[in-house]
Amino acid sequence: MDTILVGTRKGLFTLRGGEIARASFLGAPVTAVLARNGALHAAVGHGHFGAKLHRSRDDGETWEEVAAPKWPEKPADADERSPMSGAPWPWSLDQIWVLEADPRGPDALWCGTIPGGLFHSTDGGGSWRLVRSLWDRPERKQWFGGGYDFPGIHSICVDPRDPRRVLAGVSCGGAWTTEDGGESWSVASRGMIAAYMPPEKRDDPAIQDPHRIVRCAGSPDVFWAQHHNGIFRSRDGARSWTEVMAKPSSFGFAVAVHPRDPDMAWFVPAVKDELRVPVEGALVVTRTRDGGKSFETLRTGLPQRHAYHLIYRHGLEVAPDGQTLAMGSTTGSFWLSRDAGESWKALSRDLPPVYCVRFAG
Amino acid sequence: MPRVTFTANLRRLVDCPPADVPGGTVGEALAAVFARSPTLRGYIVDDQGALRRHVVVFVGGEAVRDRVRLSDAVAPDAEIAVMQALSGG
Repeated sequence: MDTILVGTRKGLFTLRGGEIARASFLGAPVTAVLARNGALHAAVGHGHFGAKLHRSRDDGETWEEVAAPKWPEKPADADERSPMSGAPWPWSLDQIWVLEADPRGPDALWCGTIPGGLFHSTDGGGSWRLVRSLWDRPERKQWFGGGYDFPGIHSICVDPRDPRRVLAGVSCGGAWTTEDGGESWSVASRGMIAAYMPPEKRDDPAIQDPHRIVRCAGSPDVFWAQHHNGIFRSRDGARSWTEVMAKPSSFGFAVAVHPRDPDMAWFVPAVKDELRVPVEGALVVTRTRDGGKSFETLRTGLPQRHAYHLIYRHGLEVAPDGQTLAMGSTTGSFWLSRDAGESWKALSRDLPPVYCVRFAG
Repeated sequence: MPRVTFTANLRRLVDCPPADVPGGTVGEALAAVFARSPTLRGYIVDDQGALRRHVVVFVGGEAVRDRVRLSDAVAPDAEIAVMQALSGG
């Protein structure tokens, strides 16, 4: 729990023992990171020159560029347009949004991207394959972007009991599950409600905007979702979802769930969709320990006056010990808690805007 | 042979010295460069082979017209400059 990777708008920062030990890719956006089997993976968005993937086998001292996910040739007769903007769907990588380990192989990886592609690698990112079974679902053409021109896959939750069972979360395209390693998919966001849609579409599972979905490793039928319109929980493997109300707000982007206790989860609220700052300028973390029946508001060590931090969807992470949490904000602050969120310590207030945090052992 | 040069900003990220390559079109010349340096390809064109949105290719000082198929003709002594837009803060 002593090494933490912090991906920001202007580089990747490695924290060790509470100090910033290294800066990599300085100046370039780092949109996703993953530590696995001694290898570090970093997704670097070079803007004009596209999103790239880099890998380090020496703890971040040196990096090599590996293959980035790539779309196959777009069929000449493909007439796919965004249902919102009418713009043609690009069959081309824009952003790498999430990287996850696939326990079926030591070098197997999942990757979620904008536009909404799910990719799989069996060789640690040496090569990638678009998961066509999900991409070719007719509902995919109804997905749309939330904050980006096109939708994206930001959450990939593998069932540790059977890694062929995977959930993918899409903004805005709901949640999708496979039981067969990605051969076939079912929509898995029934019960979520989209207030941003006209009444007849509000409960359509394929247009929901879960901002982030996490799965309890020790109780993998339990999922928590921080959705655009509130907090939802599933206890039945994402077959159904139930809304949970939190104070001071149920709006936010990030969620973390305790690795063994499915009733314990953390959120970082903002006022609402139209006002994405902490309630009354006081940054707080909310925590439930009873499956969402009640929430505690945790604020010790967090700025409480004129604090306008937002925590992005990959900006909050709980370590395998269930006690250590890391959190990074759009305002470039980074906090650590060693007591399950009761108190926080700022390790930096001077980073670029934080996109993602990950424990690396 | 046409000569292809790259913006200094790209040379920070990937090895791309000036290259004298065969080719009668922008696409053919770039394909010859990518054959030498496969990693470079993804920095210049998208997954479908079109120029990236913020990459501009000039031939003899004129921006190319066909950004999708890269069919603009180039003379044997053409100077092909791969540039970019600068933006952001």
